[in-house]
Amino acid sequence: MENLKAIIESLLLVAAAPLAVDRIQALLPQADSREIRAVLQRLASEYSERNGGFVIREVAGGYQFRTQPQYREVVKKMLQPSPVRLSRAALETLAIIAYKQPIIRHDIEQIRGVDSGGILRMLLDRKLVRVLGRREIPGRPIIYATTRQFLELFDLKDLRDLPSPKEIEELGRPPRQADGESAS
Amino acid sequence: MTEDGYKVKLENVFEGPMDLLIHLIRKNEVDITDIPIALITRQYLAYLEWLKRMNIDFAGEFLLMAATLAHIKSRTLLPSHSSDADEDPRLEIARPLLEYLQIKQAAEELAQRQLLGEDTFVRPPSAPDDWGDAGEETIHVGLFELIDAFQRILENIAPDHRVDLTTERISIKDRITEIVDVLEAKGSITFTELFASESDKSDVIVTFLAILEMVKLCLIRVAQHLPTGIIRLFYL
Repeated sequence: MENLKAIIESLLLVAAAPLAVDRIQALLPQADSREIRAVLQRLASEYSERNGGFVIREVAGGYQFRTQPQYREVVKKMLQPSPVRLSRAALETLAIIAYKQPIIRHDIEQIRGVDSGGILRMLLDRKLVRVLGRREIPGRPIIYATTRQFLELFDLKDLRDLPSPKEIEELGRPPRQADGESAS
Repeated sequence: MTEDGYKVKLENVFEGPMDLLIHLIRKNEVDITDIPIALITRQYLAYLEWLKRMNIDFAGEFLLMAATLAHIKSRTLLPSHSSDADEDPRLEIARPLLEYLQIKQAAEELAQRQLLGEDTFVRPPSAPDDWGDAGEETIHVGLFELIDAFQRILENIAPDHRVDLTTERISIKDRITEIVDVLEAKGSITFTELFASESDKSDVIVTFLAILEMVKLCLIRVAQHLPTGIIRLFYL
């Protein structure tokens, strides 16, 4: 399709959520998904080269127009959004769920060392966390996982886009001697 | 060392025993894999004392950690008899601390990303409902409409299919996961589409219970399209 780029651009403008390749494909049966992906990438680089007020970001499995972070202050002034700030405790809980999902509350609390019920409820309310079901063990505890909204909020393509546990390990862990240092 | 007091500002109050331990380890500049248990335990208990003096209630988790520390110390003092289990007893605390540090690091990295609604913004959606043509109305469905629709699906099943109470062929949990997967991909699905592939009564019931459970957990919103009567499930 010759005007495929313009068509996809128009779809991106009006989409209410990150627009996935599959969704575009369903709307444009003539175009194949590789072509659509290539066009999306070309559009994204065009916008970033233009260096304007917004760019195309790949988030939560789709593509979306998003404003450039450096203009956050004036945009916030206009929109006056309710603050999204999450407490440190909420961020920690969310990080545990993101990296260890699917996970039950007991295992979350095991890592944090404190009760996390209230925080979990808040994360559920804000739809950053969802219930996947219940584990078939005594007490049938609820299994938690993160949501698409979580990916959208943190500007993540998908869960693999999270910094890998290795990277974090290297930052958090002091270099450890192989063995022999067992004296107290 | 322990006498220089804990000048803890209110915003610095520790979230839990792990937080406090990490603070003490950093303050003393010791290696997490080589914790001087006696020193850290003494400071830890001094902090609990301080909390008590300040009349701040602290959770049982703090006491549990104190007991764990004391237990580790006692094990380091005892000669080990079995040669195969001479792992450093301090690992019992070092391992979870390392894991917790990793998570703290991960949380910091998350906080530094370009947060939607904080650092970056999207165009607000123009229509309140993003399915169907503009101008179509939907109403929110109550439990009874949902049960009516369920009844109609049950009526379409051949009467010789009996509910087998002994075997659960597909669990509600699995069904919820399946429905979530479909909804993640499509955003919404009609009530009848969900039942399209099932002929077995027990499967239908599991699906229905899964829907009720999902409504209860606020995972989905159910709305009925006025002109056609089609009930649709939306992923929230």
